[in-house]
Amino acid sequence: MSILVNDDAKNARILTRRAFFIAGMQLGILGILGGRLGWLQISQGGLYKTLSDRNRINVKILPPPRGEILDRMGIPLATSTQNFRVQIIPEQTDDIEASLRRLQKHIDLEDSVIRKVLEQAKRSPKFAPIDIKEALDWQDVATVEVNLPNLPGLSTEMGEIRNYPFGPATSHLIGYVGSVSKAELTDDPLLKLPGFRIGKAGLEKSMDTPMRGQAGSAEVEVNVVGREIRELKRNPPRPGQKLRLSIDAHLQLQAHERLMKERSASVVVMDAHTGAVYALASCPGYDTNAFARGLSPQEWNALLNDPTVPLTNKAVAGQYPPASTFKMITALAGLRTGKINAARRVTCTGHYDFGNARFHCWKPEGHGSVNVIEALVVSCDTYFYDLATEIGIEAIAETARMMGLGKKLGFELEEERPGLVPDKNWKKSTLGQSWALGETIVASIGQGYTLATPLQLAVMTARLVNGGKAVRPHLIAAQGDKIYNAPEWPSLKINPAHLALIKEGMDRVVNEPGGTAYGARMTEPGLSMGGKTGTAQVRRITREQRAAGVKNQDLPWHHRHHALFVGYAPMDNPRYVCATVVEHGVGGAAAAAPLARDVLAVTLKVDPAQQQGSVQNLLQPLSSSPGTGQEQKKGPAT
Amino acid sequence: MTGPIYISNERSVIGRMSQINWSLIFLVVCLACLGLACLYSAAGGQIEPWAGRQGVRFIFCLIIMLVLAVIDLRWWYKLAWPAYFIGLGLLMFVELMGRIGMGAQRWIDLGFMQLQPSELVKIAVIMVLARYYHGTAAEDTRRLSTLILPAIVILIPTGLVLLQPNLGTAIMIVLGGAAMVFLAGAPLWLFILGIGAGAAAIPVVWMFMHDYQKRRVETFLNPENDPLGAGYNIIQSKIAIGSGGISGKGYLEGTQSRLNFLPEKHTDFIFTLWAEEWGFIGGLFLLFLFALIFIYGTWIGLRCRNNFGRFLALGLTFNFSLYVFINIAMVMGLIPVVGIPLPLISYGGSVMLAVMIAFGLIMSCSLYSDSRLSRF
Repeated sequence: MSILVNDDAKNARILTRRAFFIAGMQLGILGILGGRLGWLQISQGGLYKTLSDRNRINVKILPPPRGEILDRMGIPLATSTQNFRVQIIPEQTDDIEASLRRLQKHIDLEDSVIRKVLEQAKRSPKFAPIDIKEALDWQDVATVEVNLPNLPGLSTEMGEIRNYPFGPATSHLIGYVGSVSKAELTDDPLLKLPGFRIGKAGLEKSMDTPMRGQAGSAEVEVNVVGREIRELKRNPPRPGQKLRLSIDAHLQLQAHERLMKERSASVVVMDAHTGAVYALASCPGYDTNAFARGLSPQEWNALLNDPTVPLTNKAVAGQYPPASTFKMITALAGLRTGKINAARRVTCTGHYDFGNARFHCWKPEGHGSVNVIEALVVSCDTYFYDLATEIGIEAIAETARMMGLGKKLGFELEEERPGLVPDKNWKKSTLGQSWALGETIVASIGQGYTLATPLQLAVMTARLVNGGKAVRPHLIAAQGDKIYNAPEWPSLKINPAHLALIKEGMDRVVNEPGGTAYGARMTEPGLSMGGKTGTAQVRRITREQRAAGVKNQDLPWHHRHHALFVGYAPMDNPRYVCATVVEHGVGGAAAAAPLARDVLAVTLKVDPAQQQGSVQNLLQPLSSSPGTGQEQKKGPAT
Repeated sequence: MTGPIYISNERSVIGRMSQINWSLIFLVVCLACLGLACLYSAAGGQIEPWAGRQGVRFIFCLIIMLVLAVIDLRWWYKLAWPAYFIGLGLLMFVELMGRIGMGAQRWIDLGFMQLQPSELVKIAVIMVLARYYHGTAAEDTRRLSTLILPAIVILIPTGLVLLQPNLGTAIMIVLGGAAMVFLAGAPLWLFILGIGAGAAAIPVVWMFMHDYQKRRVETFLNPENDPLGAGYNIIQSKIAIGSGGISGKGYLEGTQSRLNFLPEKHTDFIFTLWAEEWGFIGGLFLLFLFALIFIYGTWIGLRCRNNFGRFLALGLTFNFSLYVFINIAMVMGLIPVVGIPLPLISYGGSVMLAVMIAFGLIMSCSLYSDSRLSRF
């Protein structure tokens, strides 16, 4: 025991001695570190201070030029041009305000801008440049450059501004670019560049990444005032990809001009066979160039509060009851179930009684005896009420979905909305109620829950007249050097006899006296079209209004019916389809059909589908042989 | 082979909490807060992405430290070998995973942080050696045969860590282990011989070093050779520290760090950022805080009445000081760049956890300094 204690004591002595040694060593090392710190910061401090101030090596991010957007013929729809801006770097001046005031003597600069810059300087790090003014003209650039020695902290930078030559005519389609918001920040260093713009709507948004390109970088040596002394290393940026659209700028412009005659309307013109969208416009538009520059709060609020929702692309995001344009779907559903044929007749007395409810036909005095074709021609509601009770909502919903309704079509615009095709399951899961048979009757004429966008109606029409192919719409003809050719769309396997019946009805809607759109037929020789009108109730017609015979056009604008028309041209072998909705336009025949006629007439004259070959040639890289161009000319143009 | 002979008065958890070393905790919290302030500055005056996450980790680690601190030292005595083998197992596990094809991943993802087993192994080595020397008589420590086991205990994890390859951690394990052997009373000529052999081995080590490691050493010897390449870090770090001067450029005003001249400013080079913004005064203050911790840890060790606690507290304190020395010497250009962070200050979870576990154990040594452990 005693040995152990001695041992312990001896052990402890050694350990204590050596522990003190180590502790001393630790403090010694700390002393060395402190000495080194003093050497660096005090003895050499002055030297390192100049090194840190004088020549810094700075890594600059080089922004790539944004890809252009062209129409099918190569006409620019969105371009990027260089512009000059004047910036201030807060840490390079002792008095930001003084520098700005001095700048004010040379160029036109509002006091509010100065306040804004000072405000921003407080929030951002001192080394980050702040944009003072963009889009300087040459005069201003020269003045600022000459006076730079008297303007500490200021510099001119080259930047990029986006131009939209067609302005409001392509506003919804192309969209616009704007400053990066905090939520939009990703790993991409470009997004942190002052003044960098990214797509906020339309194709600018959905195709932002490919059009943006990839940042380059340059290592530059800069002096104390931030002036670059020399470039040490350069890694050039990769430019964004160019987009070529299926849109025909000429047609787009004319369609937009025609739409401008209405207060709020939209139109889609599409190739019935390929799905290429030739025109897609929504009115009123907005000035995308103003957006690219930046809007004032007043301008922004005016756009937000406008009842005609100028910021919404109504051609893809406007969801309307398809109304009578849906009758083709109900008819096709009936034919497909085999429960009706061309010979079946229904007598319309102006209303249809089901249980103890009464459903009115739009024509109070009734249409008399009609078959399916005649029911389409005169748009008799009663025929479809009767048909719907026989086939049920599921058959109608299934056909509607097959024809492209009720779901997003995978279009290139993110604004696209899905519409709605109601059925029993949908009502159960969203409203928690079971389906009422009266709702089938309402759905048969495209009212009630059913919603569709003009784009979906165009697709529906295309599938009806292109031989039953499951065409989908697309906007982009080429991205970078990759050309998109429309695929061979799969067949929907619809009996051609059924399609023929429906098309005959639609032909006669426009071209037969008594057809609802006869007044809007094409009278110019050589031009022809077919189609179907629709008038969508916005508000329920009350019993009192019906009794008093209140005319819809006398109601306040936002209570009036929407006017719809879906059409195709030429009448035989249709190539183009067109869908249009005139919001609160009162009647499909009066407001929408003439609009569709005018747009389709221009389409037939421009005939974008026949330019297919030449477009393909334009897109060919110069090196390719003319032979391939020839082959492609034959390809998609049927 | 009997159990503990002397049992100190048993205390409740609350009782033990009240006797905990609050001044040591205060020092640790001070350093961690200072670190969070640096991370806030490194992110350009923002909580994200570093300061917030590190703060959460610190609180988590602080709780672990407190729990470990109140666990009876005799448990740590019993757990020394299991901890060592678990550490080795994890080390081999990540090594195998790395081989099998998950890339150079040498950590285990815990979701909120990544755990590097090598950091835990450093502690386990010290625990095992403390236990070993606890049971070794004084006259035996001078015998070479008693060095066999420590050598094995140190060299196995060192070899595994070198395979990763992680030279910095390997050096730390060896130095930490050597300090234990030194404390135990191994003959001094052994260490003189060791240093001599180490110097002689330099050419051999050089041959086995990876290219990037060779470049680091070359750069260290002459950083101005390659100012935009490998020497960039050291030059920029020295410029940043030097330009801080006596009183620094002011918090959030460090231009060199701010302008991104300084890579890794939130991890290995965080001392640079601190010294740039707070100058010589701030730098000395930080060194002073570290010195207080070294002194405190040494004092706890010396005050301990059992050998295990003495070795453990002194060893862990020395291990902590190694991080500090290597990191600060590196960023000031005194030694080549090795990837060792500044403990409690740098961003990163593994080192934070390892250091806080070590402090937990040191506090346990303090709390149970009067416990007596059986020799065998």
